[in-house]
Amino acid sequence: SVNPDLASERQTTSFCVEKLTALLDGGAEQTRIRRAVVEAIQSDPVFSTENQYFQTQNERYEAAVRKAVHLQKKMHEMGWTENGPEYKYIYRALSGDVAFLLHRVFMRSISVLGSDKQIAKWIPLATQLRLIGSYAQTELGHGTYLQGLETTAVFDIATQEFILNTPKISAMKWWPGDMGRSATHTVVFAQLYIHGKCYGIHPFIVQIRSLQDHSLCPGITAGDIGPKMNFEAIDNGYLMLKNVRIPRENMLSKFCEVRPDGTYVRQGSQQINYFTMTTVRISLISDEVLTPLMKACTIAIRYSVVRRQSKLKPGEQEAKILDYQTQQEKLLPQLAAAYAFHFINHYLQELFDRGYREIQRKNFDMLPELHALSSGFKAVITHHCTAAVEICLRACGGHGYSLLSGLPSLYTKIIASCIYEGENTILLLQTARFLIKCFMAASAGHPVPPSVTYLAAVKPGKCPAKNKSDFLNPDIYTEAYQHVAVRLISSTAAKLQDLIQSGAKKYDAWNQCTVQLAQAAKAHCHYITVKNFAETVEKLETKAGIQRIMKHLCDLFALHGIFSNTGAFLHDGYISAAQTDMVTASYLDLLAVIRKDAVPLVDAFDFTDKSLNSALGSYDGQVYQRLYEWAQKSPTNKMSPAYERYLKPLLHNTLSKL
Amino acid sequence: AAAMTMNADLRKERAAATFQPLLLTHILDGGPERTRRRKEIEALVLNDPDFQHEDLNFLSRSQRYEQAIRKSSLMVMKLREYGIADPEEIFWFKSFVHRGRPEPLDLHLGMFLPTLLTQATPEQQDRFFMPAWNLEIIGTYAQTEMGHGTHLRGLETTATYDPATQEFILNSPTVTSIKWWPGGLGKTSNHAIVLAQLYTQGQCKGLHAFIVPIRQLGTHEPLPGITVGDIGPKFGYDEMDNGYLKMDNFRIPRENMLMKYAQVEPDGTYVKPLSDKLTYGTMVFIRSIIVGESARSLSRACTIAIRYSAVRHQSELKPGEPEPQILDYQTQQYKLFPLLATAYAFHFVGAYIKHTYHRISGDINEGDLSELPELHALTAGLKAFTSWTVNAGIEECRMACGGHGYSRCSGIPDIYVTFTPSCTYEGENTVMMLQTARFLVKSYTQVNSGQQVTGTVSYLNDLSRQRIQPQHVAARTVTVRINDPVSLVEAYKARAAWLVEAAAKNLQAELNHRKSKEDAWNRTSVDLVRASEAHCHYVVVKLFAAKLPEVSNAAVRAVLTDLCLLYALFGISKNTGDFLQAGILTSAQITQVNQHVKELLAVIRPNAVALVDSFDFHDVHLGSVLGRYDGNVYENMFEWAKKSPLNKTEVHESFHKHLKPMQAKL
Repeated sequence: SVNPDLASERQTTSFCVEKLTALLDGGAEQTRIRRAVVEAIQSDPVFSTENQYFQTQNERYEAAVRKAVHLQKKMHEMGWTENGPEYKYIYRALSGDVAFLLHRVFMRSISVLGSDKQIAKWIPLATQLRLIGSYAQTELGHGTYLQGLETTAVFDIATQEFILNTPKISAMKWWPGDMGRSATHTVVFAQLYIHGKCYGIHPFIVQIRSLQDHSLCPGITAGDIGPKMNFEAIDNGYLMLKNVRIPRENMLSKFCEVRPDGTYVRQGSQQINYFTMTTVRISLISDEVLTPLMKACTIAIRYSVVRRQSKLKPGEQEAKILDYQTQQEKLLPQLAAAYAFHFINHYLQELFDRGYREIQRKNFDMLPELHALSSGFKAVITHHCTAAVEICLRACGGHGYSLLSGLPSLYTKIIASCIYEGENTILLLQTARFLIKCFMAASAGHPVPPSVTYLAAVKPGKCPAKNKSDFLNPDIYTEAYQHVAVRLISSTAAKLQDLIQSGAKKYDAWNQCTVQLAQAAKAHCHYITVKNFAETVEKLETKAGIQRIMKHLCDLFALHGIFSNTGAFLHDGYISAAQTDMVTASYLDLLAVIRKDAVPLVDAFDFTDKSLNSALGSYDGQVYQRLYEWAQKSPTNKMSPAYERYLKPLLHNTLSKL
Repeated sequence: AAAMTMNADLRKERAAATFQPLLLTHILDGGPERTRRRKEIEALVLNDPDFQHEDLNFLSRSQRYEQAIRKSSLMVMKLREYGIADPEEIFWFKSFVHRGRPEPLDLHLGMFLPTLLTQATPEQQDRFFMPAWNLEIIGTYAQTEMGHGTHLRGLETTATYDPATQEFILNSPTVTSIKWWPGGLGKTSNHAIVLAQLYTQGQCKGLHAFIVPIRQLGTHEPLPGITVGDIGPKFGYDEMDNGYLKMDNFRIPRENMLMKYAQVEPDGTYVKPLSDKLTYGTMVFIRSIIVGESARSLSRACTIAIRYSAVRHQSELKPGEPEPQILDYQTQQYKLFPLLATAYAFHFVGAYIKHTYHRISGDINEGDLSELPELHALTAGLKAFTSWTVNAGIEECRMACGGHGYSRCSGIPDIYVTFTPSCTYEGENTVMMLQTARFLVKSYTQVNSGQQVTGTVSYLNDLSRQRIQPQHVAARTVTVRINDPVSLVEAYKARAAWLVEAAAKNLQAELNHRKSKEDAWNRTSVDLVRASEAHCHYVVVKLFAAKLPEVSNAAVRAVLTDLCLLYALFGISKNTGDFLQAGILTSAQITQVNQHVKELLAVIRPNAVALVDSFDFHDVHLGSVLGRYDGNVYENMFEWAKKSPLNKTEVHESFHKHLKPMQAKL
């Protein structure tokens, strides 16, 4: 039965939960398909995650391989295909712990960077899992800065082969998933040398393990890099290459080719090599960043209406902790952020689908903008959502610290997203470079890409709000955000100019402004997110209460951003001290309004209990019973050898001398 | 790996420092003699083969628990063998043995024994203390329940007195009343001090402490009526068997209630304790320890991140030149140096509170409790302020180490998961901040009614004086010199006063609108927490600035002054809204502050490695491949990884079990 404290929350809902779920899924039909996939996967005992929190690294790895293998069979049984509508829900349904994720990246990189011939050769093999692929880019000594990679691939005309080497310890490939134990092949990124000349980083397909007995191929040293904060199930690996020879045909050659005589031919833009990564940055947002945040909100908010603590009014029952303003102030902005980023992700996906089609047609015009957007938003969304999950974790007090709450593993997983696919600070600076360039162009009257046209229309002025309710007008706050973004970008551009004019070298000037540049890039992304949220709300159907509640969340997201960063808005007096108080008042009022719908708003995310795998967050709210039941299953509750070996002698005083 | 020479980058960094790290270490330890003694104890542990073992990262939780128990029992024996009895020296010994991690006897040594000493009658001490001292009895302190933590009055466990048998009957009447979390309860302890609601003669007399045997001496099996076990895996604390305890009509003799203060007589008559203020003292003590622990945890994380940033080279700053150390990037300095300054700031705060606690304990023994409320409010706030800051700071250090920070070999994940629960235990941080706020509002009200207040809140006295003047924003403006720590203390003071006043006024406005005091308080709590944070921030800046004149060596004083300025200015740049809105600083000054922060980063840069060396963490204690003193990071990462359990065999068994059969079928 459902805990009455949770049941009562669902009786006063101001909107139709099912409609909101459909909106998040992109239509009721999508919801139906998703639920069918989730049901098919989660009812299959092979995919159970029940004991996950009690398993060792080795056990989790084995379970992940077992599931990955079983998944092939399952897909065949269910008639799901890579291009079918079900495919994108499989990963969500599995809730992590499945091997061969890098196999997907391996296939994608061949599809994007390979010639037609290479695609025809490798993709069918990979699709049938006759080989298992990985993607080996990062090295011990280099990550985001790709030009610094040290692995070499030297072309040998005599044998028509590339010779791959790891010249020093820092050049060892380090971190690639699935490579430590599973992969038979990997795409290795290496500096290409022909006739002693370096042509930069290129991708090569290298076999690393025997297809017969899985032993390492000659010249290969590979293994697992050891325990991490999470991803116990994934065998992140190291790889050392010693005079490993691969045929000339194994260099992925859609855009660059080495001819048999050693001639190097480039076709198309070099930037395309990074496009794989650019698309990965956007594609990870949904599964790796938004899903964990939505789950964390679901767990923390449901728990906060079940947990009662202390009294709000003398003589009454202890209050639900969600009724405390401080608890609302922790959780509700995170809930609003989950929605805000869901909508911006949707916007980015559409933009990238369009960009992808253009690039297939070899039109690279959109690349700089796509690159800047993907970098900036990857950094801003992962950073924001990571902090949000951590807030949810700590908002659950002591019980949040138990692995059984599900929150520690959500957190340790999402934090990795701040680093992989590009370290966030560096990504922000890439976006900043684009913004500065566009600002200069716009100031000189040149055309700029659509997402930055606002830089051309700089209007001076002050925020026109007269009372706190004016701050519930999206035009008012969107303009405030726009103003701050323009101010930060233009003042940094001016600072850069000043430094250069006073004789600083360009790179020195840049390094001296990087703290400001990163702030400017964040402000830009924050502005676009607010603007997009407001525009999305505008277009929603007014029926079923959806638009109204989304408007509240949009307001909360925007005002929370001002409230927690008032200095940026006060700095040039765009918002006055009195207006700042209005923002605070409006913001705090909204907390109480959204409080009433908090549970339905997380119910709308529609996670099954199995997906959440949390003793605190299940739909029925039977928190304490579940916590007690689950704890009893812990392997530590079997008799430990520690008693016989150490405790007994201690208690019986046979350790002498005590 | 064979002995290696020191990494060239680190050697260069150390040579370039403008001060002698050892002198700073002496300051942190409280004098050269303390440093010498600390290192002596450190050597005792590090040179002892009994305390060596495999890297804990490669062990399962059960194995880690086992190692911890093994070391703990040896530790107790050796402490006595060596005659180490000073609390601080015991603390050092323990933290070297367990490398900064918790251990299963923590609650026995830190709570069970001291509680017996302070709350047991002489008769009870005779019965329990020596067996407990000799570890025939291992005890824990069972307070928190599944349903209640910080809010103690809500605890549900009952102890009902039965005069017929002269026993207490202990019960866990609901699921939520099950004791949950106490360390050492799951597997280790055979006794527990249980906090329960006392019922006698049909009346509830509130929370009292009882000594409850839970496991059979000899077999270690749970006693009939007792259900006890481990609460399962957590984020960290793998060595600790945090436990649950459920009692069903479990009877203990009347003499097992701790009766030094409150008593139940044989016929059931309840005798009240004289004062309950005394329990304040223990809380202040434990919270002061957390402040010190905050400083140490952040210092460890900074040591790792800063050394690694001096060793790691990446990308290019100047075209055509070799890749620079990542510590040369402004963004990296901006991440790490303010945290380094914070670690120093909190260190001095921790030392101050410890000192004040000892001073005031003296007063309490003399019967003078006058300073206790302020100290209580201050430590509650500082516990929350420092643990929140450090919790975030450790994560920033880890992130600053990029991907490798995420590996367990960096050691930072361990520091984080060990530290983060201190935001919750010994008083949940938000609740702590609101306790401080209650004191601030009270002081503000006193000032408003014409009284003077003293101590850290005395700045509130100025508010009434300002109010005589017309209410111009400019009336609040203090002349701030951004190069002068003392002047910056004034700026922080003005901000605290402004936020306390704003919160107090908002509270009054809510009170005027609504019936209930509690409701008004709740609707103002976000403001109140902000006010408390600002108050604590002020105290930290003040204590840091006050430390500077005490430093006699000019070179050390210079570098600490840079750190103090950075701490204060960075805090302003992160909270510009407050300073602007209150009219304490102008936009132009804020721009100067931001600029000066960046200048200070460059000033501190040459001393960064020496400043973390001064924390003087031994490599074994640091537990980090990235933070090694010799800087040989990459070679040792490879050595470390080879020991991973997944690498035990070259072909993993999963290949034979799953991969091969699948490939055969295709």
